[in-house]
Amino acid sequence: MDALFRAEWGRVLATLVRVTGDFQLAEEVTQEAFAAAWQQWPHAGVPDQPRAWLTRTARNKAIDRIRRRANFRVKQDQLRDLVPSQVAPPSAEALMDQHIPDDRLRLVFTCCHPALKMEARVALTLRALGGLTTEEIARAFLVPKPTMAQRLVRAQQKITNAGIPYAVPPPEQLPERVAGVCAVVYLVFNEGYSATGGQELVRGELCDEALSLGRVLAALLPEDPRVLGLLALMLLHDSRRAARLDSAGDIVLLEHQDRALWDWDRIGEGLELTERSLHAGTTTYGIQAAITAVHARSASYADTAWDEIAALYTVLLERQPSPIVALNRAVAVAMATDATQGLLLLDGLAATGTLATHHLLPAARGDMLRRLGRWRDAAAAFGRALALVRTDPERRFLQRRLIEAQQRAGGTDPTPNG
Amino acid sequence: MQYLLMIYENESNQAARTPQDQGQIMQAYMGFTQSIIQSGNFKAGDALHPTATATSVRVKNGDIITTDGPFAETTEQLGGYYLVEAKDLDEAIAIAARIPTATHGTIEIRPVMVFDNPTM
Repeated sequence: MDALFRAEWGRVLATLVRVTGDFQLAEEVTQEAFAAAWQQWPHAGVPDQPRAWLTRTARNKAIDRIRRRANFRVKQDQLRDLVPSQVAPPSAEALMDQHIPDDRLRLVFTCCHPALKMEARVALTLRALGGLTTEEIARAFLVPKPTMAQRLVRAQQKITNAGIPYAVPPPEQLPERVAGVCAVVYLVFNEGYSATGGQELVRGELCDEALSLGRVLAALLPEDPRVLGLLALMLLHDSRRAARLDSAGDIVLLEHQDRALWDWDRIGEGLELTERSLHAGTTTYGIQAAITAVHARSASYADTAWDEIAALYTVLLERQPSPIVALNRAVAVAMATDATQGLLLLDGLAATGTLATHHLLPAARGDMLRRLGRWRDAAAAFGRALALVRTDPERRFLQRRLIEAQQRAGGTDPTPNG
Repeated sequence: MQYLLMIYENESNQAARTPQDQGQIMQAYMGFTQSIIQSGNFKAGDALHPTATATSVRVKNGDIITTDGPFAETTEQLGGYYLVEAKDLDEAIAIAARIPTATHGTIEIRPVMVFDNPTM
């Protein structure tokens, strides 16, 4: 029943937002309808059409609430929209079912509106479309529950007061807004795939939420190359989830991952979506999916077409000139040619100072030096990375690398430069 | 809903414009204003003299304290506004994006508060 609830929450809420035009009211009555189902269904049995039952119950609760409100006159328009559908339930429900994809699409655009703070967009999207409770979202983002509750209330107030619409945006605003929706979903995925702090590296439930949001988006906007590319990228990354950590929760590098542990159903779906995305247009998500697809298609790490990956990173860097992309390109070039080439690119990147506080730069440098057998320099680089790293599994990994480099260097006192 | 669209621009850029460029911008503003009057969105709108003409007033312990200049020094200054009627924020954004200054300045959109009390 839990899974059914999770799946129906977003649909029912979206419909209620449409018919009431009031986000907060819609959420309250949807919650009440789900609570009623939770109480009644175990005894009375699950109705034939659970969604229609939930929607009708929530709608009736909304009508009650609007009637009870003091400013009855002001709400008459709202009631007019609601009451006829109560009078003739079957036809209204048929109508509502047709509206459901649209309802959720509109709700995505409300939750991800650029007039809201990014953290509020993420929380609202998980609450409204993912059906996560405030407590679950608070736990996922490592903030106290009251903080998250306040964040959600403020966001809902802004939706009401600023007149953030519950609508698919007009065509001239659509490109910006679809990009914004993709950014929210990808942020949720990344927070799950590589948590920025704490004891766990992968928070699987956030990855699952991002994937199901990505699927909803792809179903609603099946022609959009960004949406398809994003889903492809997430599926291909997530396919490695079981192979990325060992039984102790430590990182297993791509190089050492057991490819039999990869989720080949996800890979198949991801590869197909990558093609569809690239066919529909070139986007940063599509290029990143294509990079991950090269790995997925390689029989082993040694057989990877690194030149292809390096070339894709070059294209990506032109469109998305970020230091992390430049760093990944340097790693791919090092693999495609030799580590010396990679080190040159890292030197250029280090000179910009943009990644000065990020552990990935010294970690990548340490890895290239390790490949070149420059153990003292490698140990120094891993030492610097350790001072910057923030998750425990990555810290343990870098410690192992540091110890190895120190032992191979023949001493525990590495030279300071590298 | 009503929205106040506040037009911010770096005044020094404005001062550095040739009369010809200035004329073109005026023309664009007249066309824009006309279009939102016709579409029924326009409620009010004005251009303001530069912040060099601004005066700020505060009352401390009953005394009026008057100072010259705007209330805060910013890189872009308020140079004018429109008050518009729009069905929601997206329509207000679409209108704001058509304000000629939007291409080189910033338009801040603020919803106008509505009080329910009919006796007010």
